[in-house]
Amino acid sequence: MALDKPGEDYEGRTSYTHVGTRVDRPDGLDKVTGRAKFGADAHAPGMLHGAIVRSPHAHAKILKIDTSKAEALAGVKAVVTRADFATGLEGEEWNVLENVMASDTALYDGHALAAIAATSSLIARDAVKLVEVEYELLPHVTDVDEAMKPDAPVIRAGQQSKLVPEGMHPNVVNYYEGGHGDMDAGFAEADLVIERHFTTEAAHQGYIEPHAALATLGADGKGELWCCTQGHFIVQKTCAALVGIDTSQLRVTASEIGGGFGGKTTVFLEPLALALSRKSNRPVKMVMSRSEILRATGPTSSASMDIKIGMTKDGRITAGKGVFRLQGGAFPDAPAGMAAECSFAPYNLNAVSIEGYEVMANRPKQAAYRAPGSPMAAFAVESVVDELCKALELDPIETRLKNASREGTKAAYGPTWDRIGLVECLEAAQAHPHMQAPLRESEGRGVAAGFWFNHGGETSVSLALSEDGTAQISVGTPDIGGSRASMALMAAEILGIEYENIRVTVADTATLGYNDVSHGSRVTYASGLATINAAKDAVGKLCDRAAQRWGIDPEAVIWEDGCAKPAGPNAGQFDPMPLKEITQRMGRTGGPISGHFEATPEGAGVSFGVHIVDAHVDRETGKTSIDRYTVIQDAGKAVHPTYVEGQFQGGAAQGIGWALNEEYVYGEDGRLQNTVFLDYRIPVASDLPMIDTVIVEVPNPGHPFGVRGVGETGICPPLAAIANAVSGAVGVRMTSLPMSPPKILKALKEQ
Amino acid sequence: MVEVNLWSGLRHFTDGAVTVEVEAKNVGEVLEGLVKLHPELGDIIDAGVSVAVDGKVIASGLTEKVRPESEVFIIQQLKGG
Amino acid sequence: MSKIHVTTKVNGDEVEFLCDPRETMLDVLRDHLNLTGAKEGCGTGDCGACSVTVDGRLVCSCLMLGAEAEGKEIATVEGIANGEALHPLQTKFIEYAALQCGICTPGILVAAKNLLEREPDPTEEQVRYWLAGNLCRCTGYDKIIRAVMDTAADMREAS
Repeated sequence: MALDKPGEDYEGRTSYTHVGTRVDRPDGLDKVTGRAKFGADAHAPGMLHGAIVRSPHAHAKILKIDTSKAEALAGVKAVVTRADFATGLEGEEWNVLENVMASDTALYDGHALAAIAATSSLIARDAVKLVEVEYELLPHVTDVDEAMKPDAPVIRAGQQSKLVPEGMHPNVVNYYEGGHGDMDAGFAEADLVIERHFTTEAAHQGYIEPHAALATLGADGKGELWCCTQGHFIVQKTCAALVGIDTSQLRVTASEIGGGFGGKTTVFLEPLALALSRKSNRPVKMVMSRSEILRATGPTSSASMDIKIGMTKDGRITAGKGVFRLQGGAFPDAPAGMAAECSFAPYNLNAVSIEGYEVMANRPKQAAYRAPGSPMAAFAVESVVDELCKALELDPIETRLKNASREGTKAAYGPTWDRIGLVECLEAAQAHPHMQAPLRESEGRGVAAGFWFNHGGETSVSLALSEDGTAQISVGTPDIGGSRASMALMAAEILGIEYENIRVTVADTATLGYNDVSHGSRVTYASGLATINAAKDAVGKLCDRAAQRWGIDPEAVIWEDGCAKPAGPNAGQFDPMPLKEITQRMGRTGGPISGHFEATPEGAGVSFGVHIVDAHVDRETGKTSIDRYTVIQDAGKAVHPTYVEGQFQGGAAQGIGWALNEEYVYGEDGRLQNTVFLDYRIPVASDLPMIDTVIVEVPNPGHPFGVRGVGETGICPPLAAIANAVSGAVGVRMTSLPMSPPKILKALKEQ
Repeated sequence: MVEVNLWSGLRHFTDGAVTVEVEAKNVGEVLEGLVKLHPELGDIIDAGVSVAVDGKVIASGLTEKVRPESEVFIIQQLKGG
Repeated sequence: MSKIHVTTKVNGDEVEFLCDPRETMLDVLRDHLNLTGAKEGCGTGDCGACSVTVDGRLVCSCLMLGAEAEGKEIATVEGIANGEALHPLQTKFIEYAALQCGICTPGILVAAKNLLEREPDPTEEQVRYWLAGNLCRCTGYDKIIRAVMDTAADMREAS
């Protein structure tokens, strides 16, 4: 959507009838009774079950795959290998295919080599064990710093972008360098300069629902796919390419999705299920086990980072430098550039230098995870800012306010900020009772800020009115956080009918135009904007019908409180005509009334947040406990405040897990050591306190109601906020995540 | 003419320039103009970049308007979780 | 391959099924009895999404073999509501938005109901520890804990 002036979309309303209320969610009843249908809940007559053969080696040449014994097992109906997929793919499509089905080399522990369909999942799993694979083991590397060293094994030559400085190892596949100002002068001006090295481990998105798909594909090239995904249109496009059929011949339906957080923005077993179905001529269902999820779907990148920041005695930051090395698995695309661009976003700096390195290693292809790249960068930068504040005896919030990015200042990644809400968040933190509450003995308080860009993306929405005056809306963005309710609230606001009279459906790929994935905190913003405009489109047609009936100009009709009304006394004297009165006659006055909107809205509006955390550390065990937690974040306008709070709380909880427990542990053999939830430990109810929230509303000029995405920013501040609280509690500066008990004990011992 | 600011790493492909002036009325023309002046930027832009116009991050839209006085920055391609 | 014949009660109804000796109770519920409310999130008893009660005791159905159901009484999320009347926990979970994606909700409801049957007046700490075997990745647990505590208060008042 082309806007002549930024902000022309914003309506500037001060009051709303529906937006901002806490209505019940339309999928609530299905979800509390167990009948909501998730990915693995689908069945089809004659269905087979699939299972995947995976490499136990971190890096190995595949010499031979012998499937004859598996094929001979009673009940096995089809076996596929790379030979059963499209050839001639390029770029990201080739990378995705290589990740879901290896060609000649196993690139990580868990890499898929073959897939089997059988009459039961037990038989399919038995058959997997009968597949004989001959390997030639290759040297491997799983650590980001090791992978950059001159003698590191080369994972895949020829992947390096020309942006990478000369002389770097081929595993370094991309490089970003940005910033502005005179760094030497900046550091010279500082009274104190602190430089630190930080590392963070890969964390998994940890959605509780395993990847699952039910596929049918015939020799006629027509397919049906049911799967849990954040974006069924990208699944359609990618799977069609990978199995070599036309995009339009594959219809994809998104199931209810049991969590994604970025991890379900690509495909894993969907193309395998399609290929097995084509070969067996039967529907094929595939469901991943938890260990397959941890070994072979995307965790986030692990990172190695160097930060140097200078500050004057009175708390002015004079220069900031950050180097971010992100490991993205055996493929390009680690979000190193994003890490660099987000790292100093909260600060207005005269001198800043940011660099990002994308590095390949023998690990699964990293997938997006809530604000990709930003949380680790915030961990590093916000830790150093805290250390400077402590050393110079400065208040952490005052200092952040003094240096805060605001409308008109220059972002570290270049542009001048539009209307942003960081100052409002910091002021809300300062005023929050949490900041005034006394700390118990041995307790520390940490503060940190975080930033995420937010996203718009391709969006298409259809709205149809029914004769009885109700509305149905088709959206193409799977509902991952209550968006069906938010869409209905926004449409109700425009149409002037009740929330309960609107039903929102996540339409399949055959029903609606292309929609980008539910990612980038984009749904309430972009699908919301499209829903509002689709509703306005319908309202325009409703006004036309009223004008027709009254015999006046359509321009002389306005829409108010769910009724068509004459625009003023000159338009004529007519009683308001309610929506229902128009829809009852619509079939005989020109036909059905629908509203549509298709665009790529580009006014997402960035989002900032500030977290406050109180924590204490058990000096005997090294265990950190979170005692109190407050999330403050700019939502622009909260359409459904309860769901906004839910996003804040969920983001914080995931950040707490990443900070304290969660990590990918690779052995010397390059195999993942912790492949079950017992060992990859995400926060449980007894680990956490209540998580307080403050919704700050600084309207986004790029959305009619001022909405900003809220899904991702919440995971950015917790890592540093907790490290800062630990530092306050026991005086050790933790620079390596997770801050697990052994690491804290070691730091305490060295204190 | 519109002044386009590049991330500093791109200067290796623009004979050292970090700002480039192009004739453009929208984002698509900004990118085409850059490639015309500095063909080496072609595959980098093809691989994906985003463009910030007056502080607003344009993730992909080529038809977004650009005015002569607009502040334009080429930034990393935006991807979300 | 010989299968095992099992007779059991699920949500009060007598059922019979044939299962492979290796199949779990969760497999049986989902694949043989078409009760897909209980979810498999891990298969190792760590996530609680498959929680059911067996003779009133809370168990992970992924850790129990289908054959073990012989003569038992199994209760799943599908049996929590009484006809169209929802259990107070179900109503409160919707009202409090104590669910986002909803994949953990069946297990959490089964576990929370089991808690309130044993302890009608639990402390926050008791609720948190009782539900520590039920992973939720979306909510940070805040609204879940509040919904359970508030339901308990309502139920005490009503009784």
